[in-house]
Amino acid sequence: TMAFTKASKDQKYDRQLRLWGDHGQEELENAHVCLINSTASGTEILKNLVLPGIGAFTIVDGHKVSGEDVGNNFFLSNNSIGRSPEKLLDNDPEFFHRFTLVIGVQLPESTCLRLGSVLWNANIPFLVCRTYGLVGYMRLVVKEHTVIESHPDNALEDLRLDQPFAELKNHIQSYDLEGMGKKDHSHTPWIIIVAKYLEKWFSTFYKKEAFKQLIRQGILKSEKGTPEDEENFEEAIKNVNTALNPTKISSGVDDIFNGEQCNDITSQTPTFWVMTRAVREFVHNDGGGNLPVRGSIPDMIADSEKFITLQNIYREKAMQDASVVSKHVESLLQSVGKVCETLFCSKNAAFLRVVRCRSLAEEYSVETVNKDAITSCMDSADGEMVLYLMLRSVDRFYQQHSRYPGVYNYQVEEDISKLKLCVNSLLQEYSLNVNVKDDYIHEFCRYGASEPHTVASFLGGSAAQEAIKIITRQFVPFNNTFIYNAMSQTTATFQL
Amino acid sequence: MLSHPINWLPAESKACMNLLLFSLFREKKRRRVVELTEKMVVDGGSRDGGEWDGRWNHINTFLERPGPFTHPDFEPSTESLQFLLDTCKILVIGAGGLGCELLKDLALSGFRHIHVVDMDTIDVSNLNRQFLFRLKDVGRPKADIAADFINGRIPGCNVVPHFKKIQDFDESFYRQFHIIVCGLDSIIARRWMNGMLLSLLVYEDGVLDPSSIIPLIDGGTEGFKGNARVIFPGMTACIDCTLELYPPQINFPMCTIASMPRLPEHCVEYVRMLLWPKEKPFGDGVGLDADDPEHIQWVYQKSQERAAEFSITGVTYRLTQGVVKRIIPAVASTNAVIAAACATEVFKIASSAYIPLNNYMVFNDVDGLYTYTFEAERKENCSSCSQVPQDLHFSPSAKLQEVVDYLTENASLQMKSPAITATLEGKNKTLYLQTVASIEQRTRPNLSKSLKELGLLDGQELAVADVTTPQTLLFKLSFTS
Repeated sequence: TMAFTKASKDQKYDRQLRLWGDHGQEELENAHVCLINSTASGTEILKNLVLPGIGAFTIVDGHKVSGEDVGNNFFLSNNSIGRSPEKLLDNDPEFFHRFTLVIGVQLPESTCLRLGSVLWNANIPFLVCRTYGLVGYMRLVVKEHTVIESHPDNALEDLRLDQPFAELKNHIQSYDLEGMGKKDHSHTPWIIIVAKYLEKWFSTFYKKEAFKQLIRQGILKSEKGTPEDEENFEEAIKNVNTALNPTKISSGVDDIFNGEQCNDITSQTPTFWVMTRAVREFVHNDGGGNLPVRGSIPDMIADSEKFITLQNIYREKAMQDASVVSKHVESLLQSVGKVCETLFCSKNAAFLRVVRCRSLAEEYSVETVNKDAITSCMDSADGEMVLYLMLRSVDRFYQQHSRYPGVYNYQVEEDISKLKLCVNSLLQEYSLNVNVKDDYIHEFCRYGASEPHTVASFLGGSAAQEAIKIITRQFVPFNNTFIYNAMSQTTATFQL
Repeated sequence: MLSHPINWLPAESKACMNLLLFSLFREKKRRRVVELTEKMVVDGGSRDGGEWDGRWNHINTFLERPGPFTHPDFEPSTESLQFLLDTCKILVIGAGGLGCELLKDLALSGFRHIHVVDMDTIDVSNLNRQFLFRLKDVGRPKADIAADFINGRIPGCNVVPHFKKIQDFDESFYRQFHIIVCGLDSIIARRWMNGMLLSLLVYEDGVLDPSSIIPLIDGGTEGFKGNARVIFPGMTACIDCTLELYPPQINFPMCTIASMPRLPEHCVEYVRMLLWPKEKPFGDGVGLDADDPEHIQWVYQKSQERAAEFSITGVTYRLTQGVVKRIIPAVASTNAVIAAACATEVFKIASSAYIPLNNYMVFNDVDGLYTYTFEAERKENCSSCSQVPQDLHFSPSAKLQEVVDYLTENASLQMKSPAITATLEGKNKTLYLQTVASIEQRTRPNLSKSLKELGLLDGQELAVADVTTPQTLLFKLSFTS
């Protein structure tokens, strides 16, 4: 029965539902991913998408399985025959339009660029992955990816202590710290304590240490004059540092507000931008320059009643603000002849993120190559950027010789000088005034374009999670080039 | 443990720590590098035992070819593969999220003699990531099913399962392995393994015998975060050297749970800790079984009632289960990444192809992908690996309870239920032991006695045993005035 299936799916997926919720899971189960090339890296990526419940996948792979493939691939034990991506690009590029996301593994440069162009024009996210010896590489290509639920680690609280809204002010007023009995005094939430002392401290330029001392003096004293054990006051003192941060909109969110899409709302505008515009309207018209109140407070020493009452003050304000935003959403949508379907929730307003990746064409074109990033990263000659340049160079080698360097033992030595020519021509073409050490040229010949399983597996986990981020629109994808160096167990992300 | 000579430079040079190498072929004749100039297709050849052409190509690249970044003592050889296939013995601890990935990674990297230890059985909630298991396997031992799957899928691989706790084995078991890799979900278990490998170390005239070192690769994950580390016991930072990296689990204060709940979690803890023992809903002596849906359902309903009493919202079945079982969210991807990093290190060490990770990598892919790789430092007075006797400073009038509290609360020790014995009047006397009910009852009065009352003297040695270590730790009692 349907109920049984839902319950057992809840059980099976319990550990991941706690991360992206039922709505994230639904996105995953409605997605259709295309994997190109079921090499070890490809199948590992796929495994890590199938396990959490990806809705559907299609594998495009024109290669025949070899003995070498069965040696590093957990999922191969028989031949797989299929159409090649090159043939599809030749005959039926629209084949790719049906997918939520296309993942290209171990693609030759020419195929990669052709596919990149098709997918860019069709607005389909493209994730390029490769394992090359002990190096892993990922490139995300998506024009614009918007995220409402970014789930930041360690976000600051939204307590509004510097500009308490009316309901909060009234509530703070209702407390009389000096007139309270001991039990109430020791169980007053630290937010109230800090707010009360702020009222005594009229200056806007307070020294935090002096302010903490002032609060400390408020701790009840015993008959002998020694301070009582009031944990709530200790909490107040500890939290002064962050509680006094001025309420303001982060530059990241500000940038999003100033985005083009925020200005011109049409019937084609995606929900994200309508919501964001509505929040912007709120900020300018109703919020006095502030975002809608988030509505959550951290746990703190307090008796239940005081805490719940305070929590409800924030929650109700958040709901009020959210309904004002929702009205803006409604009227924006009405103005372009649409109906509002989703409710707005305040808690994510401060954490909106937009990821825009440059196209492969931009990365590869001489006119638009990101020279600065490459040159400055090459200041550390043994960092990950040199590995990127080597990957580009072996691609050149492949274009010239129709094979990768050093595949067979006897080729290793003689390919070094050939590969070096490719490196030099690459650097020259892009006018990159950097030095690539000979050691890396030797090493990449040594790799012989091998795909060792453990490196493929590391990439498989990394890529699958980025794919899940794109599909669920939760958490934030990388932008836009990721390199993994298994020799040093280090990684780097570049925006190329 | 097979004796194999190790190349290592004087310990003064920190950089030399990086150059620790297990030189595995000293005894054998070495082939000359000139062999590699022969025109030879890279292929696995038809070696012993039903191999097929090209099977180990992806690995041989790293074993047979010289390179600029290899370990200084690395010598390319066609024999290295044979060592991995025929001789090298690896122990995998845990057959769960990390364990399944590790077994696959090792099997596809040429390791054939692998043992795996796991005391757990398979649960439905494992199936979103522990891919060696299927629905039909639920209830069966993880180690057994994992071994069956790998052995069936990777011809020639021989994974030996052990449906046991790590504490069920002694030194003679652990000594047989070249490398041990852990995919555990418990800090206590990690510390125990750490202690076990430290206990295997042999010192001759104060000098560590390198052949007694078994490298420990340790991986851990939690949601989208993870870490991988390489430990050479006796040489690099051990688990206890960096105990502060694992902050102690925060439990809610009892007064909050008993009379001042504020969060839905407080309500659940109230039911679990206070209401269940009082109401005994499923009978006398029937403890709360976190895996029993009926028990969880009862806790859930009672938690809702408790929450309603205090106008607390947010108690759901999922939250209830999470609190009772102390659930940590988990996904396939993080486990894949961390296990892969660990397996790469196993390969590096076994083949001496590259310098191993030195020595700790942290991973987080909440926002993009972030890693941080650093060298965790040995603690000079580490209670486990420093061989520096640990002092306990107490006044003679201090109660034994204070000593117990110190052992459990001190950030560097973090013991769970220490058992303390001392030699008094020539006899070994148990001062306090918690884990056996009858002895606990008998020794409990000692907790409120002072150290002087118990007959302890200044400079006296106290032997402390705990689940966090297989070996008894010795402390020296130093009286303060």
